[in-house]
Amino acid sequence: MNHTHSVLLTWVSIAVVSALAIAGEVLIAGAMQKLGDLDIIREHSGMAGAIRAVLSSPIFLAGAACMALNFFAMLYTLSLVDFTLAMPGIASFTYVGNAVAAKLFLHENVDKRRWLAVVFVCLGVFLIGK
Amino acid sequence: MKHRLAPQQYLILLTVMVTASFGDALLSHGMSQMGPVDLHHPAILLSALANLNIVVGIVLLIGFFASYMTALSWADLTFVMPATAFGNVMVALIGRFWLHEHLSFSRWLGILLLTCAVGFVANGPARTERGETLELTRVDPGVGL
Repeated sequence: MNHTHSVLLTWVSIAVVSALAIAGEVLIAGAMQKLGDLDIIREHSGMAGAIRAVLSSPIFLAGAACMALNFFAMLYTLSLVDFTLAMPGIASFTYVGNAVAAKLFLHENVDKRRWLAVVFVCLGVFLIGK
Repeated sequence: MKHRLAPQQYLILLTVMVTASFGDALLSHGMSQMGPVDLHHPAILLSALANLNIVVGIVLLIGFFASYMTALSWADLTFVMPATAFGNVMVALIGRFWLHEHLSFSRWLGILLLTCAVGFVANGPARTERGETLELTRVDPGVGL
């Protein structure tokens, strides 16, 4: 495998893992918002009722499928790329992508303070992973 | 709508931090023991399930998933995200004070930035108000209490 191919494969695998994580997390967050506070559901219906409520949400199942794919894609990426490059890279892409997706699809009020937090998280994860 | 968190909810966020970071670290350690995986033979990934580090990592990540979903049921995604990132700080501090590893200046700076990020978000509401048109939440999950 030549250098260019190796670098391309590294960043494509990081991008795929990040995209799957963003899709999974936004879908799961959407499902949880729709269901409401799980602690209250557990008080009313018990643990089994809470688990049933979660598992019968098609949005959650779609999100869980993305996260399962993300898991195997992550294993593949970690076997290929150094932890110190893969984790900060995936984390940074995922934090920025999640903030954008949360604003677009979940209509969260991502104010200046939260955008600043996203930037700080990306920089912080990068510096810790160095 | 609740904006202030109860102590039990802070405990959930702490669980998110701890399980995510330690689960990822154990998975990474386990995969480094396995060596490179060939894309043409993805079934090799299944043999990873025989590695103890990977199994413990998976158990921790299941705990992460459960606590993460609980947190998302009462907080915004953009509120919970910095909590997951703060797990990196915990791993770095454990490495410094328990394993006596050297922390470079850039890592201390990273810790400072992540702490500031958590501080920014934690000072605001856990869940922000929304309009009526939620595209993702229009779908009825078919769940009744």
